[in-house]
Amino acid sequence: MNIQIKKFYYGDIPEENTGGQPAAVNKSNEKAWPLWEVFIRSKQGLDHKHAGSLHAADAAMAIENARDVYTRRQEGVSIWVVESKHVHASDPGDAESLYEPAADKIYRHPSFYDLPDEVKHM
Amino acid sequence: MDKTTDQLINYTLHLADTTLILAQRNAEWCAHGPILEQDIAITNISLDLLGQSRNFYQYAAVLINQSASHQNKPATEDSLAYLRNEREFKNLLLTELPNGDWAQTVLKQFFFSVFQSLQYEQLLSGSDEQLAAIAEKSLKEITYHLRWTSEWVIRLGDGTDESHERINKAIEFLWEYTGEFFIPADYEKNIEPGITVIKEKWLQKIKEVFEEATLSLPGDVYMQTGGKQGIHTEHLGYILAEMQSLQRTYPGAEW
Repeated sequence: MNIQIKKFYYGDIPEENTGGQPAAVNKSNEKAWPLWEVFIRSKQGLDHKHAGSLHAADAAMAIENARDVYTRRQEGVSIWVVESKHVHASDPGDAESLYEPAADKIYRHPSFYDLPDEVKHM
Repeated sequence: MDKTTDQLINYTLHLADTTLILAQRNAEWCAHGPILEQDIAITNISLDLLGQSRNFYQYAAVLINQSASHQNKPATEDSLAYLRNEREFKNLLLTELPNGDWAQTVLKQFFFSVFQSLQYEQLLSGSDEQLAAIAEKSLKEITYHLRWTSEWVIRLGDGTDESHERINKAIEFLWEYTGEFFIPADYEKNIEPGITVIKEKWLQKIKEVFEEATLSLPGDVYMQTGGKQGIHTEHLGYILAEMQSLQRTYPGAEW
């Protein structure tokens, strides 16, 4: 078996990856399977949460791999997979303009109400 | 010992040995898988099979200990797995064959999973409640093995020229070990409706998947037999040597 494993880390998803084909950087890399992001719902009624990523040749294999890698200790009842190249991420360089303006707008937090003691989970 | 109990013990050991040996074979892939995700997948299947074999061994041990006399008495699941000789093992020959490449491993598991699903469905309606219960629990795992292996057979058969050639070589090598599935051993003959009737269904399923995989069924060949009676290929001795050496060198060792 001559499969090249290429490891990507979060925020590191290559933009040149398009349409299920791995980036053709060199010849051996042509054999690499595309990367998939895995989302697991831990129980009914909860949201799917990002669990990690893995390699697979197609969606069916990605779900099976996710089942084997991420739910073997009963972590989930439902799996979503999406090819990493379809995830559009914000640019870390934009963090200043994206997130910092919210810092001084404390009025957006519901912290100016007097809550009766009886109200829990707020 | 009455004949029926003896047959039930042998039959249970046959089910236990078959799943144990295939589990051991698949476990050989641990840390050697072609890619991390598939390494985990094949060893997960190995662990499923190991769990099934433990259930059967535990039941066999109970039956043996209840019987008036039996060569393996007193028995535990461990003594049955680790302290019996090659000629006492009743596993299907297919399960002891070498892994070869990925195609051979996957096809071996596929042939067995199709058979196992049909065999265990029969056990569900069988007269022995314990075997039916183990079968019911195992079938959920087997359904997944069947799905996983079918997809791999299709992927390899309908893949590249090389994968197609490799799976064809695997078919050529493994096919002659599939006939044994459907020839009942003495201890299987009382089990109704019996494994001979599932042969057609087995072939049908293989055919379906092969068609999708652009593979063809081999013609009639001589079929190997003997595993169920303890007559094995040269490979089983090596498996047992590796698997049993620790218990035999340090009897009673635990970890």
